[in-house]
Amino acid sequence: MAQKRVLMKGNEVIAEAAIRAGCRNYFGYPITPQTEVMHYMAKKMVQVGGNFVQAESEVAAINMVYGAAAAGFRVMTSSSSPGISLKQEGISYIAGAELPAVVVNIVRAGPGLGGIQPAQGDYFQATKGGGHGDYRNIVIAPASVQELYELVVEAFNLADKYRMTCMIVGDGTLGQMMEPVAFRDEEPIVNVEKPWAACGRKGDSFHHTVTSIYIDPDVLEKKNLELQDKYKIVEANEVRYEAINMEDAEIVITAFATCSRICRNVIRQAAELGIKVGMIRPITLWPFPYKAISEAADMSSVKAFLDVELNAGQMIEDVRLGANGKKPVYFHGRLGGNLPMQKEILDKIVAIHEGKITEGGNF
Amino acid sequence: MAVVFEPTKGLTDKPFHYCPGCCHGIIHRLVAETLVANDALETAVGVASVGCTYNSYEYIACDMVQAAHGRAPAVATGIKRNLKDSFVFTYQGDGDLASIGTAEIVHAAARSENITVIFVNNAVYGMTSGQMAPTTLVGQVTTTSPWGRDPSYQGYPINVSEFLSNLAGAAYIERVCVTDFKNIQNAKRAIQKAFNVQKNKLGFSLVEVLSTCPTNWGKDPLVAMEWLKENMEKQYPLGCYKGADITFDADGKYVSGAIPATANNCVNVGEVKK
Repeated sequence: MAQKRVLMKGNEVIAEAAIRAGCRNYFGYPITPQTEVMHYMAKKMVQVGGNFVQAESEVAAINMVYGAAAAGFRVMTSSSSPGISLKQEGISYIAGAELPAVVVNIVRAGPGLGGIQPAQGDYFQATKGGGHGDYRNIVIAPASVQELYELVVEAFNLADKYRMTCMIVGDGTLGQMMEPVAFRDEEPIVNVEKPWAACGRKGDSFHHTVTSIYIDPDVLEKKNLELQDKYKIVEANEVRYEAINMEDAEIVITAFATCSRICRNVIRQAAELGIKVGMIRPITLWPFPYKAISEAADMSSVKAFLDVELNAGQMIEDVRLGANGKKPVYFHGRLGGNLPMQKEILDKIVAIHEGKITEGGNF
Repeated sequence: MAVVFEPTKGLTDKPFHYCPGCCHGIIHRLVAETLVANDALETAVGVASVGCTYNSYEYIACDMVQAAHGRAPAVATGIKRNLKDSFVFTYQGDGDLASIGTAEIVHAAARSENITVIFVNNAVYGMTSGQMAPTTLVGQVTTTSPWGRDPSYQGYPINVSEFLSNLAGAAYIERVCVTDFKNIQNAKRAIQKAFNVQKNKLGFSLVEVLSTCPTNWGKDPLVAMEWLKENMEKQYPLGCYKGADITFDADGKYVSGAIPATANNCVNVGEVKK
């Protein structure tokens, strides 16, 4: 039975969820707007007998993650956009060495030092690689503090299951907002054997090696093909999304995380104007719910998509791939750390409905 | 018939890829023999770095993790914080440790991470074909200092052991070389001392081993050994820079000497299933 609900900040829930998921290693470096993850860990991780290290840099933090993961332990780091950029080298190595790790990105506006207000400008970085080489991360975008809790716990299971980075992508809003959260009495932790871990031979006839270097091109190609096979399995099994009000929808909004919260209210307002608006909210940004978008594009009632993001149009490229030209895809975005007003989105819906704007982006 | 000599079990059967006359083979063997002598082969975890020794994870027979360039001390931190009773070491060259990895080595020492660093200094980038390293001597010709290292243009060498020994977190730091039998025995003693420091949880230890790079120095192996003695030892004097007074009994148990308060006060989180 669920316990009594408590009011908590998103960032603190991330830390609490990780500890509940059995994570006993946190390595981080201060950066706004994710700092409370670290503050919470600094106390709680030590209290539960785990490891908390304030690293000298994000680069060092992700490499401590690499070490703990290589030794077979559940481990997490968190940061925000500029810090995540610094972690990309380590994330690529983690992918190459096939280690399980959870990385949290509480996204802020960029590029460069940018600002500290919420944004979704790291979609490309998170879903299309980010670091060097052919690799993928499982990318999860929770939309509420409750979902943040549940999906952080799940992220550890997925990371262990597939031996890859599971990245939680939030934003400044989600990290800083306080919402009620109901914790479970027991977490659905899936413990997997880690026979590959470098934690001492302990009687094995061979030594365990964790590496991402394969000098022989044929060996490296084989290694890459194995990774690609694994990613195909993830694509087949781990797509998650929420479909809202999709029956008879005329216009389908695509939005994730914080942005989807704003759009959810617009659906109701559009209905009052007699416009049937549905929404597909990807929960996994990779693997992306292409099939759901494609099936929506096939619906006779659907006239168009409206992609809403806190960036200059990044997820829209995946929405277009899913729609595959079958229906037009419009865009509405805000930049610099601003959030769209519901009215902005509603006006856009009305304009699309009345055929008054052309496909593509605008601000 | 009595066995008078056999290869150490601390090394795998894989042939080294190192150039003739390179000191890595000797230093690998000293590390491997230390693991065996202390019955640590089954529990130790080593961290290989980037450079000529990237492949050391295939040669040294304990569990090994290959790290990104310069990051080995951070990777070792992540391992050691979880495996507090296992010997955890890094094996790094001077490009790796003294250039791209300066932040990681300084802070691992400052935190007094209870790890051991084997730091091999040959005053040059070996793997990428002989570029100037932070440790390259003044006047030394390399592929990126073709007229010799000019301090007014390329700055001065970094003396890693000296500057790390100023940190309160560093327990034991010694510089050795492996140019001859006497020095090899001395290097082995230093590596054993570092092992004891870690086993007694005294904190950060580093053994800097001066090494030749005949290929990139453009010298015959024996000439390279002499060049090391005549030139490198002037810039990098051998000796113990921290923890000289730390002593152990015959069983390797700490007896006396100034030590830092160890940073590793978290409890074990248990072993992974294997």
